[in-house]
Amino acid sequence: MNLTLKVWRQKSPNAPGRFITFQADGVIPDMSFLEMLDVVNEGLIEKGEDPIAFDSDCREGICGMCSLVINGVPHGGHKGTATCQLHMRHFKDGDTITIEPWRARAFPIIKDLVVNRWAFDRIIQAGGFISVSTGGAPDANAIPIPKADQDQSMDAAACIGCGACVAACKNASAMLFVAAKVSHLSLLPQGKVERHRRVTNMVKAMDAEGFGACTVTGSCEAVCPKEINLTFIARMNREYLAAWFKGK
Amino acid sequence: MLRLFQSSLGKKYIMAVSGFVLFGFVIVHMLGNLQIFLGPEPLNRYAHFLQSMPELLWLARIVLLTMVALHVWSAIKLSLENKAARPAGYEGNPTPVAASYASRTMLMSGLIVAVFIIYHLLHFTVQTPAVNLTGQDFKTFLDPQTKHHDVFRMMVVGYSKFWVSGFYILGMALLCLHLSHGVTGMFQSLGLKNEHTGKWIDRFALAVAAVIFLGNCSIPMAVLLGYVR
Amino acid sequence: MNLDAKIPSGPLEKKWDRYRLEMKLVNPANKRKFDVIVVGSGLAGASAAASLAELGYNVQCFCFQDSPRRAHSIAAQGGINAAKNYTNDGDSIFRLFYDTIKGGDFRAREANVYRLAQVSVNIIDQCVAQGVPFAREYGGLLANRSFGGAQVSRTFYARGQTGQQLLLGAYQALSRQIGLGAVKMYPRTEMLDVVLIDGHAKGVVARNLVTGEISSHAADAVVLATGGYGNVFYLSTNARGCNVTAIYRAFKKGAAFANPCYTQIHPTCIPVSGDHQSKLTLMSESLRNDGRVWVPKSTGDKRPPRQIPESERDYYLERKYPSYGNLAPRDISSRAAKEVCDEGRGVGSGGLGVYLDFADAINRLGQRTIAERYGNLFSMYETITGENAYEVPMRIFPAVHYTMGGLWVDYHLMSTIPGLFVLGEANFSDHGANRLGASALMQGLADGYFVIPYTIGHYFVSAKQAKASTSHPEFKKAEEEVKVRTEKLLSIRGRRTVTSLHRELGKLLWDKCGMARHEAGLKEALRKIPELREEFWRNANVPGENQDFNQALEQAGRVADYMEFAELLCLDALNRRESCGGHFRTEFQTEDGEALRDDQNFAFVSAWEYQGPAKPPALHKEPLVYEEVKMTQRSYK
Repeated sequence: MNLTLKVWRQKSPNAPGRFITFQADGVIPDMSFLEMLDVVNEGLIEKGEDPIAFDSDCREGICGMCSLVINGVPHGGHKGTATCQLHMRHFKDGDTITIEPWRARAFPIIKDLVVNRWAFDRIIQAGGFISVSTGGAPDANAIPIPKADQDQSMDAAACIGCGACVAACKNASAMLFVAAKVSHLSLLPQGKVERHRRVTNMVKAMDAEGFGACTVTGSCEAVCPKEINLTFIARMNREYLAAWFKGK
Repeated sequence: MLRLFQSSLGKKYIMAVSGFVLFGFVIVHMLGNLQIFLGPEPLNRYAHFLQSMPELLWLARIVLLTMVALHVWSAIKLSLENKAARPAGYEGNPTPVAASYASRTMLMSGLIVAVFIIYHLLHFTVQTPAVNLTGQDFKTFLDPQTKHHDVFRMMVVGYSKFWVSGFYILGMALLCLHLSHGVTGMFQSLGLKNEHTGKWIDRFALAVAAVIFLGNCSIPMAVLLGYVR
Repeated sequence: MNLDAKIPSGPLEKKWDRYRLEMKLVNPANKRKFDVIVVGSGLAGASAAASLAELGYNVQCFCFQDSPRRAHSIAAQGGINAAKNYTNDGDSIFRLFYDTIKGGDFRAREANVYRLAQVSVNIIDQCVAQGVPFAREYGGLLANRSFGGAQVSRTFYARGQTGQQLLLGAYQALSRQIGLGAVKMYPRTEMLDVVLIDGHAKGVVARNLVTGEISSHAADAVVLATGGYGNVFYLSTNARGCNVTAIYRAFKKGAAFANPCYTQIHPTCIPVSGDHQSKLTLMSESLRNDGRVWVPKSTGDKRPPRQIPESERDYYLERKYPSYGNLAPRDISSRAAKEVCDEGRGVGSGGLGVYLDFADAINRLGQRTIAERYGNLFSMYETITGENAYEVPMRIFPAVHYTMGGLWVDYHLMSTIPGLFVLGEANFSDHGANRLGASALMQGLADGYFVIPYTIGHYFVSAKQAKASTSHPEFKKAEEEVKVRTEKLLSIRGRRTVTSLHRELGKLLWDKCGMARHEAGLKEALRKIPELREEFWRNANVPGENQDFNQALEQAGRVADYMEFAELLCLDALNRRESCGGHFRTEFQTEDGEALRDDQNFAFVSAWEYQGPAKPPALHKEPLVYEEVKMTQRSYK
């Protein structure tokens, strides 16, 4: 099938960007979206042009590197699917596809479709961990954990840190990402010890990065490739309030 | 305490708590006004009961005004921060995925409701003759028996004008749109939603918004249709 | 070259204790005087960087991804082994050790593997303390499952995302140290050379992938945890960015490369759908518990699978291996699939695939049961292929998955370059010729959390090296070499894309040095690789410039290294005139077509030493001396 691509091109972080139209001909329905872009890039290189820069690594939906807004929807809008797992069979011959980077002040564009998501890492560095050093851990079975808590913790821990939640949110809010980490750790007994400190520090870091606030529109959970839901945001709100009441 | 006013979550708490108080007021206000269907005597008695305690009345008014101020301040502050967080939008301004109309328009519906509230206060609380479009002064309406303020008549006259009632109904529609999202958001922001309660809170918000709309709009409708006179 | 493995003396089970007693320690107050560079932030790299920083060392950590959380360890699905014996089924440290040695077809070093089994139990404790949400039973204790043909249930797992959860645990520990200022993290930065001063590793030269800036970084030791080289085959289950560059540059600086020919091919991957294919996706091996593998009996049978009658189907695994059937080990089922496809009986568009059919299981157990067991895998299959595996059989084909070979290291995990340590998949040490399921995660974390923190201090104290500075001429020289090479890549401006050259190299390797290898084919590959390399440097088209975010340049640098490394891989395969584990030489097989080991002549580690650009590498042999176990023949009939 033949497609028209409207791709955001931007040379460098501060350069102005614009849409450039490319023709992608002979696209095979079994291709993944990124493989389609690979083929376009091959063509560009053969013509001596600069290929389109985009991030990807594992290409099996787990590393969280890929980050494209396709027709206005991060990851293209297929439930529980990251861009790398989106296949061309979902498009029709003759379609025009708009491809843009994540857009948020906290995620500055590096080039074309590549953004800098180090803000997420700084939030984790501010408190998204359990402060245990290597060695001296008690036996793994020393603390029984209710299966339901563990399952729920795992639901939150499934976050791949791709940033689609931020990209989808009209406020570029990172609440779902932060809430997933806060919930993952505070649901487990070993994470409860420093829960107040953690949530306070992470929220502070989140605000400092310039992400917006949550207006509960639900866009984040709709695009999350790991289907992490809004109840974790409520949980974080609860955690933060409890920390505030305790003066921590 | 400062943290509440600085952090994004803190501002959401302020918004939720002030919203909750205002929501409570809307409910009580509606229940009081629905007494219009019981006739002039109960309504005027209720109104006099409220006005006979100026200290409490003013306390309530101050609290409510503070809540309005906090609600509006947090809304505007957060909206500015939210706008700053997303300096550039997507091509063709697509509707954000899965976001309901109410959730996307909270600021706008809120601001219009604020304008409506100012009008509503001028209309029935300050009783500025210029805004009621009837040429009458509501302050002169007195109950023939008790000589207290005749609120029943004020409401009947007040809603007798099509444009006044129309604006009132529009205000209610926006308020209830605002509440249909705001009530769930309030529970969400305060962390009171979870896997079990979430679904019920969403339904409750829709239901209570619908009830408030129907309840409040029933008064001007009844006046316009001549059911209450 | 001296291949002294520095294995402590004494009985096997006491070696590690003895080492820890006898090693030299760095005074806590002095630790902050030592700088360590860790390259790579996967399980091994992140756990090492975090643990070393916790001890007080100054750590600089590099990764080419935009965040350490994206390293490819994240994609491991199945689980992590540990000899906890929580299930009371007779597991022990010795059993895990023996299974690993036997699974590696007796080509791993005994003492290292035993230590791995020993520390496996600490890994689970550590990870749980970090908040890794391992699966649990209703009683709140950890759940275990059996995996990869082990006869005990010793695998801990977090749904199908064990690698992700373990990596996030290590990433969080690393992030904590970054937040504390104990680790300086360099994301989107690629190491392009190791710098040696007076024969000791003293730093690296790296390229900032965003700005193109080339910079030097000095330290007292360098730790490489840069993963495997499966992408030399172009198509593999590895992430796109996985590469051999770091360890290959170290090889060129004098680190011996051990057993490069040991590559693992996983039997259950989704087949290639066309030339555009950029990577292969693994489907969990557990599918073979209920699926039956078959191809049509006659060649060129293009009928849809459901129209091929039972009598015209060949359930070849059940036919050839009646007792193990569809559950035959990875290497055996992979080779069997290749054979039937070579005969022209492969299915799917390219003829490179076999059916994995669930019709019988669905008839027997009902679709619901199958959905409960494999629902997520079936939906993943449908996402990728668009086919509903409840109705039509899945198509699967083997794919390169893991590389057991890597830089040679001693018991301290130090390479033949003093001060250069190698961890995880990047080293060769623990898996011999074949890795068992759920062992890769175990090894990465063992090396990073529990081995390197001890051995690096011992090096610092015993080596007594002076501090290095980036102003040293060796750094300037290395920087210059990197710049020249980068400019050279950008100046070719030929007509072929780097991808097409890489694809061609991969196909050549897959055909000649893949699941089955033989002398003639390997010699042919060794003849063609230099030709292809020559074409690469003459005719590759690398667009753009250096001072830019230039992904084509990154890729070109990696492929340039593959073009050289592929030769080493084939040379090692040619040299190893036996079949063992993932290395199958068709000349060396039993009458039933099984791998035929030659313990008389090949019970050694091949360690290759770089001799210069025009000379073939020199082979050194580390004999494998087994004190505890006896070598036996594997049989799965």
